[in-house]
Amino acid sequence: MKTAASALHLLRPESPAQALQWMRERAPLQPLAGGTDLYVALNFGTCPARAFLDLSRLGAWRGIKVERDGGLRIGALATFAEIRDHKGVAKALPALCAAAREIGGAQIQNRATIAGNLANASPAADSAPVLLAADAVVELVSVSGVRRVPVAEFFLGYRRTALQPDELIQAVVIPTPPRAGQWYFRKVGTRAANAISKVVFCGVRGPQPRIALGSVGPVPLRARRAEAALAAGEPVETAVAALQQDIAPIDDLRSTAEYRRFVAAGLLRQFWERTASPVRRPVRRR
Amino acid sequence: MASRARAGNVGRSVPRLEGPEKVEGRARYVDDLRFPGMLHGRTIRAPHPCGRLRAVRLGPGGLPLGLVVVGPRDIPGDNVIATIEDDQPALAWGEIRHAEEPVLLLAHADREALWAIPAEVDMIPGTPVFDPLASPRVFKQIRIAKGDAAAALRRAPVVVEGEYRTGAQEHVYIEPQGVIAVPENGGITIHGSLQCPYYVHKALCRLLRLPPDKVRVIQVETGGGFGGKEDYPSVIAGHAALLALKARRPVKMVYDRGEDMRATTKRHPSIVRLRSAFSRDGTLLALEAQVVMDGGAYVTLSPVVLSRGVLHASGPYRCPAVAIEGRAVMTNTPPNGAFRGFGAPQTLFAIEAHMDRCAQQLGIDPVKLREKNAFRPGDVTATGQKLPKDTAALPVLREAVRRSDYHRKRIAWAGTGRGIGLSLFFHGSGFTGAGEVRLASKASLELTPKGVRILVASTEIGQGTRTMLAQIVADTLGWPLSAVEVAPADTGLVPDSGPTVASRTCMIVGGILQKAARELKRKLGRAKPAQYLARHGALVVTGQYEKPAEIQWDEERYRGDAYGTYGWGCDVVELEVDPVTREVRPLKLTAVQEIGKAIHPGLARGQVEGGSAQGLGWALSEEVVMRDGRMANAQLTNYMVPTTKDTPEMDVTILGLGYRHGPFGAKGLGELPMDGPAPAVVNALRHAGFDVREVPATPERLLRCASR
Repeated sequence: MKTAASALHLLRPESPAQALQWMRERAPLQPLAGGTDLYVALNFGTCPARAFLDLSRLGAWRGIKVERDGGLRIGALATFAEIRDHKGVAKALPALCAAAREIGGAQIQNRATIAGNLANASPAADSAPVLLAADAVVELVSVSGVRRVPVAEFFLGYRRTALQPDELIQAVVIPTPPRAGQWYFRKVGTRAANAISKVVFCGVRGPQPRIALGSVGPVPLRARRAEAALAAGEPVETAVAALQQDIAPIDDLRSTAEYRRFVAAGLLRQFWERTASPVRRPVRRR
Repeated sequence: MASRARAGNVGRSVPRLEGPEKVEGRARYVDDLRFPGMLHGRTIRAPHPCGRLRAVRLGPGGLPLGLVVVGPRDIPGDNVIATIEDDQPALAWGEIRHAEEPVLLLAHADREALWAIPAEVDMIPGTPVFDPLASPRVFKQIRIAKGDAAAALRRAPVVVEGEYRTGAQEHVYIEPQGVIAVPENGGITIHGSLQCPYYVHKALCRLLRLPPDKVRVIQVETGGGFGGKEDYPSVIAGHAALLALKARRPVKMVYDRGEDMRATTKRHPSIVRLRSAFSRDGTLLALEAQVVMDGGAYVTLSPVVLSRGVLHASGPYRCPAVAIEGRAVMTNTPPNGAFRGFGAPQTLFAIEAHMDRCAQQLGIDPVKLREKNAFRPGDVTATGQKLPKDTAALPVLREAVRRSDYHRKRIAWAGTGRGIGLSLFFHGSGFTGAGEVRLASKASLELTPKGVRILVASTEIGQGTRTMLAQIVADTLGWPLSAVEVAPADTGLVPDSGPTVASRTCMIVGGILQKAARELKRKLGRAKPAQYLARHGALVVTGQYEKPAEIQWDEERYRGDAYGTYGWGCDVVELEVDPVTREVRPLKLTAVQEIGKAIHPGLARGQVEGGSAQGLGWALSEEVVMRDGRMANAQLTNYMVPTTKDTPEMDVTILGLGYRHGPFGAKGLGELPMDGPAPAVVNALRHAGFDVREVPATPERLLRCASR
């Protein structure tokens, strides 16, 4: 490990209240949940943090709840293995199960949490497009109280979020899914497991189609122009053209802008084609 | 025990000797070992791909107490990594030829303090060369000529031309490079993760100016090699030894994955241009090949990689006129080195991708074209070698075609996004040309009270060397496997059996051991081992490689028997291309490979399956991204080796025609499976509608080749 471990400090709060107090008083603290992103950075010597707040004992922020209205309340510390296997999630938001199933590999899914995936703010975060398309809301909490921020407003820029230095994510709340909604999710990472997305796409078809993508810009994003075209009943090719305005992919180690644009367009067509019939189909798995 | 003859280990998948230790986690690897007073080593490396080194500055800030620093002036012997030519320094001074080139060594007891030391390498950057075709320096050039290829190409009714490229490949052994150097007995002992103890031994004698008996190299349980631990251990062991001798304390150097991927060797990238002439009925009349291999910054093993490459460049085909010209050239990237297949996968990729294009142009089925031209026993190769009876190109081709239902799928899948393609290949067993004669390898058997102990420098690197050699010895003696032990590969104990490379361990070293076992049996007569030892004292029988009389090789003219014999293979790949993402999903791989007698069928299948998976990775997803001469994706998240979920069902068939000079008829196996998958993949992609002539065939590349 490139980072000197002996220089790191770990605080282990016993309650959410204590965690929040320390976040305020002992700032800056780097929250640590599953560690699947942080340990990589520590190993490479690229993690600037030296003081960590271990959230693993805070049971209050675990758990997944199906609300009476059919919505979901997912505790910040819910792991992707829990989400992947949760019957309520499978029913309300099958795309999230599909995303959870394709995050890293089984070992990563056992550790990684939904809040960690959001707070890490990678443009390639696989759960983010699903939460964006679901109009999910992130509950941020500090000693000053709770704020509710739509996921669409949570990502401010490349690896930047709306989190204040003393805030933690408490839960992710997903409103009642549209009744006629049909979900489509697909991650394109070339390798079948342990891949980082080259493009990740989530779409929900309803009266107001919602489309979100990852790895095609500095943040996971909603494709508003493409959505508008589809909502207006334009042909799918018009939406495909609009989508190219929504996204701003780059060439990087993993892929090319050219390829990402090609795939994003193809996924939009596939989403529209597969959700054309009113019958609810299972979410596509590769 | 030894009195009751009990043969029958050979040809059975007996439990692996070292299996339980590995499975139960008891096996100890380099990083598990600690020595009293041990320091940790660190390498300071050049930041630019070429230029002149001005200075290396440590600090700012105080340096930790007890820091050991080794520069070029601290080298007691010659500042070279002794291999084929001595152009690679252990520590660069003056000229820098590649990024990550070692310039200074540090050691300290506290690993964290060691890595916290700021180091600045001051260089005057030069203008690097990255394109091998633009390289001003040729490390090695080889020509092979048979008949008048130029004339035949002028006259022929059909001529097909093409250029084929292959990328670098990282070994991704599970355990990165690592050694511990221990100063003792007025010399140095190396405990290391390595394939070739005597290569390291030779390099250290030269670097440290020590006599052979003062350098001892012990192979520790090794987590994979694939050729990556053939040449590079001489570098890291040299560094650790220099530090240890200066510090007078043991020094451990273990690279992390990033350093290992950035600094150590890769498979040579290649560019192969082919021109072939056919009659209208598809008879191959002439072949011209230009092979360029990117050697990286120093010669290292490039001449012999090139040699094996050009010797396989005309493929498993009879051809009256052949002209092959090969060059290994310098570029300002870390030296490329040995990797399973050693040049042959590159040239076989070219010829096998080319053959399907030829078939297309001739309007002949790819199988028919190969059947027409494939080597038969008695045919003569480009170097003039008359092929032996075990030449199995046609049997493997026919069996693979039959088992995979190739012809039916070829028709049924046309235009569906699915594709099926095949490759026919061969691989020379053992060292090229006179290599085995030069090595003159030795292997010994030592009588023990319970049986016998094998003394060889051949290493177990996951492929099953110990078990397989023990089977050969046990059956030759007619003893149970439990009577045979295998000594550690320790130059203090074992003779120089040559390196564990080139698919030679079973056929060559196994053969020497078989001879030694026969002699031991003769000496023993009817006595039990314990009785013999009581009566006569210790008994060690040493065998040495003897060249079969009929093998002749002329190194100057590149004529004669390039290899004692060859393994033969045919791979059929079935795949599916996703229309939306251009991702390629292999559905099935049918591998039919002829390797002589399979000493241990389970291990043999494992080699075929593992090598095929490695070949599929090279074909589809493994891409070394170089930026300014450095590997930019030196992480396992971004360098994409296939997972089990990416690896298709494999139907493996092993044919065994037998080689009369191999132990129980065995030939080489380890590298053969690496040769077939990549060309079979691009031929399947061609069937699916993609004209690909380069690997890895990533989705990004397929997008370009389809939109072209």
